Amino acid sequence: MSHKHVGSLHAADAEMAIKNARDVYTRRSEGISIWVVPSEEITASSPDEKDPLFTPSDDKVYRHPTFYDIPDDVENM
Amino acid sequence: MGTKVSLEDKFQAYVDAENRVEPKDWMPEKYRKTLIRQISQHAHSEIIGMQPEANWITRAPSLRAKLILLAKVQDEAGHGLYLYSAAETLGEPREKMIADLQSGKAKYSSIFNYPTPSWADMGTIGWLVDGAAIQNQVMLTRTSYGPYARAMVKICKEESFHQRQGYEVVMKLAQGTPEQKAMAQESLNRWWWPSLMMFGPSDDNSPNSEQSMKWKIKRKSNDTLRQEFVDKTVPQAEYLGLTIPDADLKWNEERGHYDFGEINWAEFYEVIKGNGPCNKERIAHHVKAHEEGAWVREAANAYAKKQADRASNDASAA
Repeated sequence: MSHKHVGSLHAADAEMAIKNARDVYTRRSEGISIWVVPSEEITASSPDEKDPLFTPSDDKVYRHPTFYDIPDDVENM
Repeated sequence: MGTKVSLEDKFQAYVDAENRVEPKDWMPEKYRKTLIRQISQHAHSEIIGMQPEANWITRAPSLRAKLILLAKVQDEAGHGLYLYSAAETLGEPREKMIADLQSGKAKYSSIFNYPTPSWADMGTIGWLVDGAAIQNQVMLTRTSYGPYARAMVKICKEESFHQRQGYEVVMKLAQGTPEQKAMAQESLNRWWWPSLMMFGPSDDNSPNSEQSMKWKIKRKSNDTLRQEFVDKTVPQAEYLGLTIPDADLKWNEERGHYDFGEINWAEFYEVIKGNGPCNKERIAHHVKAHEEGAWVREAANAYAKKQADRASNDASAA
């Protein structure tokens, strides 16, 4: 189940954080499951670092199926 | 032969290109400070704004009306919380913002310093006050600071029911008995001008606006937003057969906009200064709730600590 970051809040402990998140972030039926994490436990990459972090993947085109030329006569591939 | 580009110039170019400023980005100290002020005051407005409306929850005329009003007030609480979170990304702790509100150092929207003596006000507020807020908040979905803009998107989605809720209440009254229609008109008479004041001083009397527009915090001027609001709202009042209390209100064919009368700026500045009808009451109520609720915060923290201590004792004993 994929979870999307929706925001932050203050709470005394994890159980209250879930309850508060339910109250603050799901008044319009936005989801079926909530994760809460103390902000000190999060390590985030910076959007500025996007290029050095992800560029190596962009130029490895051979990871994509369309890179390969398989004749149309060959089926099931 | 390079030219030295200052951090400020780089920042300005970044903002000019319609990029979003995020919490970890370098920003001028003034940009940070003005946003902390603006976002926290926006948050305070939402929380204080709960009070004039909560006034009628126990006396709503039907169960349906009560449920809807409760939901609206609950939304305002949520909006305040989103905005406190957005302001915290700029490095200001929530406790300080709340202390500043309670001491009178921080401001909030002047509109919430007016009382709500009639049920019709529950309609008029949703229609005009939320209407004006929507005008401003839609503009702010394009503000340069990322967390603020994203909070605005979420808030705008939720705000649209607020205005419709309000208009529905006014409509029921305006299309009801003569007494009900009179109640709606009386309410409109009191809320029209304060709603126009929500957009702030006129452009030539707004010294902060220029820098705010330059940094794309503000995307449209006070007078532009105010004019848009008037143009949208006049037909809505006409549809209900209600009269806007402005003898100078008139469609101007040449401009393609409504001309309207001069705002009483003396009243505006008095209310901002703290001399509005309900300023003291609003803050006193906030302080009282905060103080009377302290035991809940203390208990929650004590319980959390006890559970954490218990868990670490079990872990070391095992």
